[in-house]
Amino acid sequence: MSLEAVFEVKQDVLVVRLRGELDHHEAEMLRDQWKDMMYGNSVRHVLLNLEAVTFMDSSGLGVVLGRYKEVLQLGGEMVVCSINPPIQRLFEMSGLFKIVRQAENEAFALSALGVAS
Amino acid sequence: MKVQFSSISSNESFARVTAASFIAQLDPTMDEMTEIKTAVSEAVTNAIIHGYNNEPDHFVHLNCVIDDDEITIEIRDEGVGICDVEEARQPLYTSKPELERSGMGFTIIENFMDKVEVISRAGEGTAVIMRKQLVSSRTVCN
Repeated sequence: MSLEAVFEVKQDVLVVRLRGELDHHEAEMLRDQWKDMMYGNSVRHVLLNLEAVTFMDSSGLGVVLGRYKEVLQLGGEMVVCSINPPIQRLFEMSGLFKIVRQAENEAFALSALGVAS
Repeated sequence: MKVQFSSISSNESFARVTAASFIAQLDPTMDEMTEIKTAVSEAVTNAIIHGYNNEPDHFVHLNCVIDDDEITIEIRDEGVGICDVEEARQPLYTSKPELERSGMGFTIIENFMDKVEVISRAGEGTAVIMRKQLVSSRTVCN
């Protein structure tokens, strides 16, 4: 199963919805698409929805960390939502929650980023 | 079970699905399955990126052995090897910071498996041998 990425811009937030498996192979391709969307639109924040991600490893963490650094440079914030238990463990193990905000779902995440529904 | 496959990144999913299919006979829990797939994915990714420097014309070896409820998985490459294994196993360490690596591969393997052994020699390759005792099958008593 490969990875599918859907991007949507809501005001100054880039919403990234992933579906499938995020490993090294997929991370390489995702990174380019994701960067294009970040710099091709006038966005400041990123909302990452991991609801449909069925597998993730440290390469997935790497691509998230890379975009987090870019979001910081844009003066924005990254919020991750709809995280399942295995990915939750991965994020906790790597200390990612110390820098990235977590939200229960997309609606909560968007309101945390100041987007009116 | 022994498999060898080309050192290309699309084989990372092949490797973890193959290992998962093999251990399915032990009826592991979903958590155990995820842990083993993640550990295999990390070690195979390391072999491809670091062992073989992303060169596609080499082979990665995957060996799995079941002994009662314990599984042993070996992932081996004949690549560049690791000069300082202790350093490589440190959390957040990466030899390729330019590649956007998180440096968490070995840490994840160590967290998800019971025992991890790394045998490596510069210029000869690296073998990662990891063991895990499955608890699920022991709870099913007759």
